[in-house]
Amino acid sequence: MMDYEKLLSRTAQEIEPSGIRRFFDLLGDRKDIVALTVGQPDFVTPWHIRVAAVESLEQGRTYYTSNSGTAELRSEIAAYMERRFGLVYAPENEIIVTVGGSEAIDLAMRAILNPGDEVVIPQPAYVCYGPVASLAGGVPVYLETKEKDRFKLTPEALRSAITEKTKLLVLPFPNNPTGAIMTKEDLEGIAEVLYGTDILVISDEIYCELTYGRDHVSIASLPGMRERTVVASGFSKSYAMTGWRLGYTLAPAEITKQMLKIHQYAIMCAPTASQFAAVEAMRHGDPDVAEMRAEYNRRRRYLVGGLQEMGIDCFHPEGAFYVWPNISKFGMSSEVFCRRLMEEGGVVIVPGTAFGKCGEGFARISYAYSVEHIAKALDRIEKFISSL
Amino acid sequence: MNELLKLLENDARLSPETLALMLDKEVGDIRSMIDECEREGVIVGYHTMIDWDKTDREYVTAMIELKITPQRGRGYDHIAQKIYNYPEVETLYLMSGGFDLAVFIKGRTMREVAFFVAEKLATLEDVVSTATHFVLRKYKDNNVVYGAVPTDERGTEF
Repeated sequence: MMDYEKLLSRTAQEIEPSGIRRFFDLLGDRKDIVALTVGQPDFVTPWHIRVAAVESLEQGRTYYTSNSGTAELRSEIAAYMERRFGLVYAPENEIIVTVGGSEAIDLAMRAILNPGDEVVIPQPAYVCYGPVASLAGGVPVYLETKEKDRFKLTPEALRSAITEKTKLLVLPFPNNPTGAIMTKEDLEGIAEVLYGTDILVISDEIYCELTYGRDHVSIASLPGMRERTVVASGFSKSYAMTGWRLGYTLAPAEITKQMLKIHQYAIMCAPTASQFAAVEAMRHGDPDVAEMRAEYNRRRRYLVGGLQEMGIDCFHPEGAFYVWPNISKFGMSSEVFCRRLMEEGGVVIVPGTAFGKCGEGFARISYAYSVEHIAKALDRIEKFISSL
Repeated sequence: MNELLKLLENDARLSPETLALMLDKEVGDIRSMIDECEREGVIVGYHTMIDWDKTDREYVTAMIELKITPQRGRGYDHIAQKIYNYPEVETLYLMSGGFDLAVFIKGRTMREVAFFVAEKLATLEDVVSTATHFVLRKYKDNNVVYGAVPTDERGTEF
């Protein structure tokens, strides 16, 4: 009999499985439930993008590409980042095409962290940063963002979290699950704290195309920040390409050089057909992005307005495709509220605690669903809360 | 305004309340915009899309190309009116290219359609020739793909 507990990696065993998954397991195979849980677009990848991948397969382009991705795609990414966010990166040695934004984050952590280095992670946030930092030998230091600050990271909070061991700050904006964004002024405050330190930044900008009312600003575009920042982004949310597993890193050549070695030995290269699709997306996909953004925006207003009309307090989200209502007035923990909503109300949403302890009192509702679907859910939520 | 019209074109059942939230407008404003569009003939009707192939209705759809010699001083509108007044005619377009009018009609049988063309359309004095094409299958109409009902297969871990 193998004693796996003793044999297997302690670090791996100590990692908690994703709370989003755990909650969803409770659902079983109940078919009468309306879910607003999914963290990926409901749109199908635009047809012209799919066609580009199919054509690459028809032409027999089934090889590995160069480790960092095709030269063509890296040039397109460089052109796109400059056109959209004013960021200038050299396709030759500052861009790596990765297997999704997730790999981009992993590469950055592994290339930057030494054992014991502290990683400041604002929460509520997507669940991967802490576990990935731990796997890279780092020590996650969670930092709560607050409703009164519109769930932004504030310079004061950041300053209070910095110790002499702090190596890295994760900036997850536009934020999953709160929908918070950081404006240029907000980022300037953060940059002010970082100037003169040796702290690096991973800016997770996977939702960069999904902001409503104003364009996303990358911290790397601020003076003095490019040299200490790895931008992690990808195609999943912007172009509805989650299943293609394609992302990228933008970072100074010295950081890119280290990340590329890890990518080379762990991954080889991102999927080739996906890379051909991505070239098409960046060349001709702007109208698709605009159309999807407009549709998300309508759903966002509808969902936030619907929740407010039934008396649920809801922070006004400006990015991503989630709303983050405050459910504390119902006098239940997030987990109990969400479980009862599922069992008695027939709607599943994700308890805030899946995104960090500070998510207590909140829940995440995704609007990557049709208005018709959201309407049905809102109807049920209203019935449920009036039964309380 | 165009955004409102596009939403309604896609789903006429969206209520003014829903539209108001989606578009960040007052319900009253949405109502008056819709009223105005209806009054001015911008919104000309509301329909439900039905896949009749999934019912027991027996029917055929045909597109008939008509070549026309319009009479002096009356243009195409006159002959068009004579054609679209038949209740059998569902859709009528004036076309550029190899023919002039595209007539879409539904009948119970091919025979019924053929009779309609021979007796009602071909005999009109401006009509030079007709060519009848029967629809074998409707794949997509008004942005809606006919056939399987989509299911949500997305993973939910994220």
